[in-house]
Amino acid sequence: MIMKSESIGAAAKKYMMIIILVGVVIFFSILTKGKILYAQNINNLISQNGYVFVLAAGMLLCILTGGNIDLAVGSVVCFTGAIGGVMMSKGSSAGIAVLVMLLVGLAIGCFQGFWIAFISVPPFIATLAGMYAFRGLSNVVLQGFAVGINNQTFLNLFGGGADCYVPDFLSTGGKLNMFCLLVGLVLALIFALSTTLGWKSRQKKGLAGASTAEKLTLVILVALMVWITYELASYKGIPTVLIWIALVLFVYNYITQNTAIGRYFYAVGGNEKATRLSGVNTKMVYFVAYANMGFLAGLAGILTVARASSAQPTYGQGYEMDAIASCFIGGASAYGGVGKISGVIIGAVLMGVINQGMSIVGWSANYQKAVKGVVLLLAVLIDVVSKKEKA
Amino acid sequence: MGKILLEMKNITKTFPGVKALDNVNLQVEEGEIHALVGENGAGKSTLMNVLSGIYPYGSYEGDIVYDGEVCKFGNIKDSEGKGIVIIHQELALVPEMSIGENMYLGNERGFKAKIDWNTTYMEADKYLKMVGLTESSKVLVKEIGTGKQQLVEIAKALAKKAKLLILDEPTSSLNEEDSKALLDLMLGFKKQGMTMIIITHKLNEVAYVSDKITVIRDGSTIETIDCHGPEKISEDRIIKGMVGREITNRFPRREGVEIGEINMEVSNWTVHHPLYPERIVVNDVSLNVRKGEVVGIYGLMGAGRTELAMSIFGQSYGILTGGILKIDGKEVHLKKSPTDAIKHKIAYVTEDRKGNGLILSQSIKVNTSLANLNSISTATVIDKDKEYAVAMEYKNKLNTKTPSVEQLVGNLSGGNQQKVLLAKWMFAEPDILILDEPTRGIDVGAKYEIYCIINDLAKAGKSVIMISSELPEVLAMSDRIYIMNASRIVGEMKASEATQENIMAMILKSGRGA
Amino acid sequence: MKKSISTVLKENTMLIVLVIVYLFFTITTKGTMFQPLQFNALITQNAYVYILASGMLMCMLTGGNIDLSCGSFVCLLGAIGGYFMVVRGMSVPVSVGLMLLVGIIYGGVLGYLIAYVNIPPWIATLAGYLAFRGLGTAVLSGNSKTGSIAPFPQEFLKLFSGKLFSTKLNVLNMPCMIVGLVAAFLVVLVIFGTRASRLKKGYEADSFKAAAIKSGLMAAVILLFAYKLGMAGGIPTVLVWVAVVVLIYSFITSKTTIGRHFYVVGGNKEAAYLSGVNTRKIMFLAYMNMAILTVVTTWTVIARFQAANSTAGTNYEMDAISACVVGGVSAYGGAGSVTGMVIGATLIGVINLGMSLMNIDANYQKVVKGVVLLGAVAFDILSKKRAK
Repeated sequence: MIMKSESIGAAAKKYMMIIILVGVVIFFSILTKGKILYAQNINNLISQNGYVFVLAAGMLLCILTGGNIDLAVGSVVCFTGAIGGVMMSKGSSAGIAVLVMLLVGLAIGCFQGFWIAFISVPPFIATLAGMYAFRGLSNVVLQGFAVGINNQTFLNLFGGGADCYVPDFLSTGGKLNMFCLLVGLVLALIFALSTTLGWKSRQKKGLAGASTAEKLTLVILVALMVWITYELASYKGIPTVLIWIALVLFVYNYITQNTAIGRYFYAVGGNEKATRLSGVNTKMVYFVAYANMGFLAGLAGILTVARASSAQPTYGQGYEMDAIASCFIGGASAYGGVGKISGVIIGAVLMGVINQGMSIVGWSANYQKAVKGVVLLLAVLIDVVSKKEKA
Repeated sequence: MGKILLEMKNITKTFPGVKALDNVNLQVEEGEIHALVGENGAGKSTLMNVLSGIYPYGSYEGDIVYDGEVCKFGNIKDSEGKGIVIIHQELALVPEMSIGENMYLGNERGFKAKIDWNTTYMEADKYLKMVGLTESSKVLVKEIGTGKQQLVEIAKALAKKAKLLILDEPTSSLNEEDSKALLDLMLGFKKQGMTMIIITHKLNEVAYVSDKITVIRDGSTIETIDCHGPEKISEDRIIKGMVGREITNRFPRREGVEIGEINMEVSNWTVHHPLYPERIVVNDVSLNVRKGEVVGIYGLMGAGRTELAMSIFGQSYGILTGGILKIDGKEVHLKKSPTDAIKHKIAYVTEDRKGNGLILSQSIKVNTSLANLNSISTATVIDKDKEYAVAMEYKNKLNTKTPSVEQLVGNLSGGNQQKVLLAKWMFAEPDILILDEPTRGIDVGAKYEIYCIINDLAKAGKSVIMISSELPEVLAMSDRIYIMNASRIVGEMKASEATQENIMAMILKSGRGA
Repeated sequence: MKKSISTVLKENTMLIVLVIVYLFFTITTKGTMFQPLQFNALITQNAYVYILASGMLMCMLTGGNIDLSCGSFVCLLGAIGGYFMVVRGMSVPVSVGLMLLVGIIYGGVLGYLIAYVNIPPWIATLAGYLAFRGLGTAVLSGNSKTGSIAPFPQEFLKLFSGKLFSTKLNVLNMPCMIVGLVAAFLVVLVIFGTRASRLKKGYEADSFKAAAIKSGLMAAVILLFAYKLGMAGGIPTVLVWVAVVVLIYSFITSKTTIGRHFYVVGGNKEAAYLSGVNTRKIMFLAYMNMAILTVVTTWTVIARFQAANSTAGTNYEMDAISACVVGGVSAYGGAGSVTGMVIGATLIGVINLGMSLMNIDANYQKVVKGVVLLGAVAFDILSKKRAK
């Protein structure tokens, strides 16, 4: 009923970023003469931008609480990566190194969350301090040098080295990775089934059934899943990093949509006072947002050093930008209270496509930075201006 | 006599330097609607905050006995657990979330880690029906009007299984129709056995719904009146309790003031809400004020008084869609900027001292000079000595109690803050002063002093418009009174002819509900 | 009215901290810190902090708003300046004018977005933070194999670096000493002059003893600096720029109506608007001003390094913000002074210099900077909470 009453203009606004994403993909397809859609490049797009998805998921929670951000994530990624790299180079096992990296990230998150939530230090200042301090500490840990990582288990598990793909258990000797194909198709089927079953149960309880738009979205999504599966299968299969991305996105989508704490992030950003009067401990909500951000920065650190097979003091620079930009492109409000993981995915993919497209075309990293800055500003501009129109 | 559901015994609550509640007692019977009335700052909201656990057990003295047991609430959750639910004056809703989500915020269906959305929306729809809303609970709160939002608040309270519902000024932002509907809803709940406490300024509402009335004044309970008793309840009877003393003693006389020409005239002034342009907030209002005259605008909260004043003051509120403003007989078109209004010698002294009026983190001196900084500067350089002298002059003139004008305004009492605010606008040397609730939330002594200042302004030939929701104040201080209700001026009378009765009658005549 | 000793101490906490930190480093470096060359280094190495922090102060006053892009903008402006002056060989006045023009254009765009479109300042400037570093590097690497543009014309270098009336080391430079004496004399004159005029008009004023101590101390510090700089070869040219900027902004913030408007907008935007302050214009000016001061900073920075390179300006935004916050500028706006900022900037400069004299790793220096920033903000917020 609500869908129908929406005007075409409103729908266009709602799907603006998807339309832009499609436009950008077409733009780069033409510019790269179709290269960007090669199986290998799609695979690279996922592997190289794994950290964006992970960080953006955490950043979304911070932004939801009222447009707050974490500027320190890039440095924390570097710091946790450095610790892991040094540990493994000294012979520590992958399991222990990973655990330590995650815990260090969490501890940093708690530290920053403490100042922000309980002392009410403005988030940009608290995290700006973290941004410098942890960059410095990374250098200290690495003593200014790169540390190579050759722990194969670690690399294979977190998307680094040549073999960071899920092996083809069902190999038929053909070109296609059968296991990847199977997993992809099964997932697509499960997704389609669970969604339709959800509609059924909704109808049974007397609520509105699926709208045409919802059905159409499902069809498109399933088609997209099948296509990506095919592309991945025709290169090397499932990159291990995709498993981590999928896991993080799935878990955080669930948290934001279906748990009480998840909804509190939205509520605090929407109207903090109202939330407090509803009996929610709002300070705790801020604390959790930043503690969680630290934890995910730890995970992103793992993915980053694995991807590069080394830890270096310059890693993670500008990562906070990628994460923040993904959120805003994905429709998160700069004032908090609005934003979804599904939007963040679109934002992160868009950032990935821009990164990937520009490097295939051969633009220098410098122009890439400039383009990213402009993209971020445009995304926020669209958000702010469209809100103004409503008012 | 029914069962006593709630008894608050000898509640005393002190804030640093102020005794907000002094031995307050309140008894509420099961199944009744109990009205809590009193002037602004009398302590009604403080009392309810004690009851709901916002001021936790231990921060006050006295006992809360609810349903036969002594309660020690540490936070809102505790009191809600017992079925005591408070609906605050400012709506506690998150605009970007759906109605259903808002209703169960902090009280989610299902588990903490797995919210059951189907149940949430089904139950929400059920409660929405109970309050007479037909909207789906999936609609976002920002998409429905204020009246409906108030109903959502009530549905939210019902969803918490409220046994004792406290409504703090529930109709303050509603129009007549919505107010009436809300009051009828309350009467309907009463029939089903719900107990309610209503805090309100609107005495006709009190008379309409309540079974008992407790009057609070200056932090103490004055009396509890039984509406079904032998004594007939009139609004005068309630006001007598609220005000408590003979009216003539509270106001200084103003004598020998010559009332001159018309100084400012507003005709057919119409203003729309800034966010919801379809809502008319000020509807075809015409009024005028003469030199040396004090004109009162009496109206209840939400009648559109502040909106009227701010829209005259350089369109600082809403969207002006029609009307003519004449100053000294000449038509002027003010730009959408307070600067322009100040240039035309208009001053607006806000009702919201802390939010819109003062810069609490700055000194008395800085606040005093703010609106007319240019007069003490040469080529934008401020003459600090002059500034100090000006601040001292107004401190002495208005008798502001402070050790020095370098004192931060945030450290002053309400009455002294109000004096600084007045000083700022007097220093701007206006001809027309619009004072919005100039005595809100300040003690009786300071009120008297503010009244003296108003008299002095009139004597100096200024035109004063005084907006107030305190009838005695309007009656005693004004030369002429406009009565405003539901965004219109519904009447005008000379102060000598006005009485509380005929003003109230005028409001009632203009619309049944409010 | 007399102030008690404890309030005097409380009002000057950071100044006392500065003295203690200075003494600490003087002792740990066995007096190296006290040598003439280090006085010179303190000023030339930190000149950018004073200039940028003056602009950042104005932004922060309006409500705790910051400019994250200034460091990257220094890099881009340097590259542009290098392109004009070195690559294209344009004259110094024209190049300098063009740099200023670029700054004004950016300031206008940024100010418009923040003041009139309501883009949150940290987002608007975050975009510049990223974009300008990239653009700057692109310009540099497009015009030079080494990634840095040099040499700049002498005419330009003389304007922003080097020394006035330069003499040899350890020979007392007379012009420097004379300027110092004049400055010290002026300070004493101003302090007693104000006191006398206040007394005449019957206002509160310092006691004679307090005024004497205050002016004595300030004159002593100025003379010490003059002597040490004189022994190090003369007045660093950049000190003139710093002094001019600091004096101008000190004057604007404390004496003019526009300066007052910055404070009241940060204190209560709504009340300021209803009192006839054009709040949007103030926000616009804050960022326009910041961009212009970033241009001035760039001039001094490329002159000091005698080259434009891609790492120029890294972390400058952090230093400027820290200087303000350490100097008592509120992270929520509405409070702070240029004097405080100068003390904050000097404190940070002393810490940096001291640590490098002690051969402490540059990375630990970053950590210390972060800790100092966080500590200063937390101190500010907690002490205000307690006061309530």
